[in-house]
Amino acid sequence: MEVSWALLANAVIAGLLLGGFYAAMSVGISISFGMLDVVNIAHPAFIILGSYIAYIVNDRFGFDPIVVSLVVSPLFFLLGAALYRVYYYCFERRGQESLRGLAFFFGILFITEVALVLVFGVDYRMVSSRYGDVTWRAGAVDFPMRLVVPFLVAMVMVIGVQLFLTHTFFGRAVLAVAQDQLALRLMGVNPVRVKELAFAISIATAGVAGAFLIVIQPVQPAIGREFIGLVFAVCVLGGMGSIWGTLLGAFVLGLAESFTSTFFGPSWAPAVSFGLLLATLAFRPSGILGR
Amino acid sequence: MSNRIFAVVALAVALALAAVTQLIPNEYFFSAAYTVLLFVILATAWNILGGYTGYVNFGSAAFFAIGAYTTVFFYNAFKAPLPVGIVAGTLVAGLAGLGLGYLTLRLRGVFFAIASLALAVVLYIFVVNWDYVGGARGAYVLQPRDVPFGLPRYIHLIYAVQLVMAAFALIVARAIEHSTLGRGLAAIRDDELAAECSGVPTLKLKIFSTMVSCALMGMAGTTFPYYLSYIEPSSVFSLSYAVNSIAMPLIGGMMSWMGPLIGAVLLGTVQQLVQVTVSSAWNLLIVGVLLVFFVTLAPNGIMGWVDAWRRKGR
Repeated sequence: MEVSWALLANAVIAGLLLGGFYAAMSVGISISFGMLDVVNIAHPAFIILGSYIAYIVNDRFGFDPIVVSLVVSPLFFLLGAALYRVYYYCFERRGQESLRGLAFFFGILFITEVALVLVFGVDYRMVSSRYGDVTWRAGAVDFPMRLVVPFLVAMVMVIGVQLFLTHTFFGRAVLAVAQDQLALRLMGVNPVRVKELAFAISIATAGVAGAFLIVIQPVQPAIGREFIGLVFAVCVLGGMGSIWGTLLGAFVLGLAESFTSTFFGPSWAPAVSFGLLLATLAFRPSGILGR
Repeated sequence: MSNRIFAVVALAVALALAAVTQLIPNEYFFSAAYTVLLFVILATAWNILGGYTGYVNFGSAAFFAIGAYTTVFFYNAFKAPLPVGIVAGTLVAGLAGLGLGYLTLRLRGVFFAIASLALAVVLYIFVVNWDYVGGARGAYVLQPRDVPFGLPRYIHLIYAVQLVMAAFALIVARAIEHSTLGRGLAAIRDDELAAECSGVPTLKLKIFSTMVSCALMGMAGTTFPYYLSYIEPSSVFSLSYAVNSIAMPLIGGMMSWMGPLIGAVLLGTVQQLVQVTVSSAWNLLIVGVLLVFFVTLAPNGIMGWVDAWRRKGR
């Protein structure tokens, strides 16, 4: 019986650590999909792009992947701003976002994936870091550093985003856009500029989450699409447009996946997010903390 | 042209094409034409939901794979012949579409799109873990040795079957387009709230068109195991089926049954040429780039250009 308690404790810890990482991946979707109503299904493609940038710099110069991702996050910010511009002028302004906007992001996802395959091939890539192989032990419970370090940085990032949204002028403008765009227009604010900034932030978080991903596991171009269901599941599960909800949803999903892979085998774990997504959509579409 | 006449003409054209092309000596033609026809069915099926109703299905590969793996299942279980696989695969894919639609179509359209994408991932994992249909190793389906109708090789038969099924898909699509049902779907596409207010049973119509669309996608997959004699999950669930079945109607034009046909024949043929002359990764990149190009710069596709040109001529 003692062994299974240790197993349980390990599953809980692994689930929570994984949940922190999922929150980092999903916080961008929570902004773009939950607040701006931009259904960016290409979000995981930017996560994978972030992984590969961290990989290249780590491979050439040996810098820490997470530090690299923080340094290049302004590039992702600019990329996000440019992408939103295109999206706005081609789809949102014409009221065609529902079908053609989705197809557009799907095309971006696909192009990124194929381009990465053409450049790097389909081999799994990994990074080397000082904490990659270190594991703390507290009794029978393992704290693998390759999960702990991303978890800590992810928490700082997610809480930072939440503080930015609630405590700065611009952050509150983003929340206002989420509530009522027309009212914002009547106050003399251009909602497009606000949305551009917020979307740029969401892509910047994707780039950083990409570095977490490649620290946690080896990365290959096609694994991005496995996370599409996951990030949307987290976003919907917690409640659309709520960062605390996203954090909660991420922990729930992390624990559910960790238990599934401990007790049913790791090959079933990716199916959990879809099950949770469907169950949420069917029974409580507004999510746990939904308005 | 009434639907009945169109059906007769389409089937006659398909049979005539199947008969005449049997004279072509090049074996590669049949394999390439099979693939193009597969895309004609997928694109036409996608357009019933995507083009007529305005709901995006990213899970084409999932329904295609349901068709293919139903054939494998019936082959393994009962050594069932091809027609059984075709009927069963179509029905199972239709039921899967019905279930997915029932769960997610009440909500905003994006949720259906996301759920369809996630469904493809989950079914993939399910098939990889299911040893009876081959699991990750893949499954063999042997082509019968004696080919009916005096055809020289089995691929000739598969090609002819696919041709008739493509004609069937086009007949269904056109019949829906020209019926009250099609007008209801168009009303949903243009303004769902207004449609609901005018008494259009939106949820029923959406679920019905999802079911038909997914069933046809499944039908496209049923012959696939016989075509290759061997299938494995990662090739059947390839994202390229999803991308192609969206790109082809968008490039051809989504408003009529002709758009997906034109898009699929054009893009399918180009892909076959690129695949032979360059490589298959580049061929996928071309599809992705064309998809983004058309969706941003020519949202009504080739049929949109044709319509604009006609209006100018008047």
